[in-house]
Amino acid sequence: MDHSSLAGRIFRGIALAMVLVFFMFPIVWILLMSFQTNEQILRIPPRILFEPTLANYEALISGQLRTAAGNLQISFMRNLMNSFLLSSASVILALLLGVPAAYAFARFKFRLGETIAFTLLSFRFAPPLLVLLPLSLYYQQLGLNDTYFGIVWVYQLIALPLILWIVRGYFEDISPDIEHAYRLAGHSWREAFTRIAVPLAGPGIAAAGLLSFIFCWNNFVFALILASADKQPVTVGALAFVTASGIQYGQIAAAIVLSVTPTLLLALYAQRYLVEGLSLGAVKG
Amino acid sequence: MARLELKAVDKCFGAVSCAKGVSLTVEPGEIVAVFGPSGSGKTVLLRMIAGMFEPDDGDILVGGRSIVDAPPEQRGIGMAFQNFALFPHMSARDNIASGLRATGASDIAAKVTAMSRLLKIEHVLGHRPRELSNGQKQRTALARALIGNPEVLLLDDPLRNVDAKLRYEMRLELPSLLRRSSAAALYVTQDYREAMAIADRIAVLINGRLVQVARPEEIYARPASVAVARLFGDPSINLSEVSPVADQGRLTAAIAGTEIMLDRNERETSTRQRCWLGVRPDDVVVTRQNSGGAIPARVVAITPMHERAVLLLRFADGSEWLAAMAPEALEAGADEEVFVQFAPEAALLFDHASGERIGLPPRRQAA
Repeated sequence: MDHSSLAGRIFRGIALAMVLVFFMFPIVWILLMSFQTNEQILRIPPRILFEPTLANYEALISGQLRTAAGNLQISFMRNLMNSFLLSSASVILALLLGVPAAYAFARFKFRLGETIAFTLLSFRFAPPLLVLLPLSLYYQQLGLNDTYFGIVWVYQLIALPLILWIVRGYFEDISPDIEHAYRLAGHSWREAFTRIAVPLAGPGIAAAGLLSFIFCWNNFVFALILASADKQPVTVGALAFVTASGIQYGQIAAAIVLSVTPTLLLALYAQRYLVEGLSLGAVKG
Repeated sequence: MARLELKAVDKCFGAVSCAKGVSLTVEPGEIVAVFGPSGSGKTVLLRMIAGMFEPDDGDILVGGRSIVDAPPEQRGIGMAFQNFALFPHMSARDNIASGLRATGASDIAAKVTAMSRLLKIEHVLGHRPRELSNGQKQRTALARALIGNPEVLLLDDPLRNVDAKLRYEMRLELPSLLRRSSAAALYVTQDYREAMAIADRIAVLINGRLVQVARPEEIYARPASVAVARLFGDPSINLSEVSPVADQGRLTAAIAGTEIMLDRNERETSTRQRCWLGVRPDDVVVTRQNSGGAIPARVVAITPMHERAVLLLRFADGSEWLAAMAPEALEAGADEEVFVQFAPEAALLFDHASGERIGLPPRRQAA
């Protein structure tokens, strides 16, 4: 950028800083809060400088929440583990079901194909609260209430349509001739799918998987209604910080930091694959 | 090696018919070009042989065995695609070797090296397709199609996406490359020059029908119909509406009011039948003096084209013809009055209604 003037560079710097502050401020503030006691947080005016404490993290990890009204047992770490289990299992199941389905929708025209694809997408339109009551009744009847399997299943409403529609677009962008060429070279259609279509749609599959992981991780209502304490993810578990003796802001902030970290790490890891695939000059030069 | 036979193959997509009773035989070691305007069904024909579409009716045989129900991987076919269709996540070496790996062939590396040497791409074998030039991509795709020694080779306009210089180079190389493999080769192209340069025979496909299958020079000299005559030749053939008159063993017709002698009365032309008269621009002779029986015309424009000068001529009735000649042979300048002639045997007559050629003009050399 050597052709830009000094004023232009300064302006660009300021603009970037403002955007950064706008988006990062809440996250940075929560990070700061997680190292403060409730008293420090509720001080007016708030201060940037404070004596940091690890008490919030200690309380979360040990599961002992000390409040004015006495000690409370919280199962935050278990909730975190639940979140991880539920989200991963949901995404893996949705990928196993969704990627072949996306391929079918992208490559073959079949009767009611578009209708089925749209119906699957329409699960995303319905507000979860609308389906929750009938769903919980069914779940009670089927004995799926408060089971990991039951929650993973209901999470398919979130993950499957997302994966199906994103990955379908990626499959459609791959020239069918590449697969034809692979088959003419003597490979079965299954090999063409696993060795050509899936690797080439890899970035799309990674993006869809990451997005659905985040959506599953952040889901609140399904788990609130369909799971009991020992199966609840962090989103529901965070309710425990609203105690009889007040809201534990410090612990909430620390809980947020801990629960954001896995998704953040996953996103950073997946980023490489997202960018890599976009530069594959697939067909023509 | 095996011969490829198409027997009365039909294919429709909805209301659009892409192949109507196409029958064609390609001998082992023979190159047949499938030539036709875009949308004539060339690619669909190739894809039916490759197994991407099934024909609605008819049969496709390789070595006398029907392959219609076999999946693509069991048909023993090598194919080069117009858009190359290389596997973008594999190196050129793996692209070429992919067919050999599937069959579990021995000394894959040696075969890939030999094939890449033949196609002059050994130095880029380690590159991914996106790092290759279009010419190298096409050579890689050809190597991939050829390496398995397939019984049938399908080439879907392989030179469409490479630049002009490379296209000329490949036109010279391809016939010998294809003949090495002694496969029955079908070569789809939209360029009549390419078809004439590469093929032993040309199958002209128009609207899903094979209109003419013949040797290149035969098609050029004796096109089966007006449509075929129009497709072959650049600048394209001159066509005038005439009503020939047979009289005392002579056949004459009036063009722009001038009586022109056509061929001897060997043609089965009834008099007063309306016809299209076709004369190739290369056969048109333009002179400044009327040596008798020539059509007066005015030179409207002169354009250089493929090392030739192309003259746009306008007759008294307003109709226009083209004449092509070597620039040295050019006698007249723009806007001059000239006289136009052609040898009687150069004239082709086509039925006005059906477009089919009438009679058989004597053989002559292709231009």
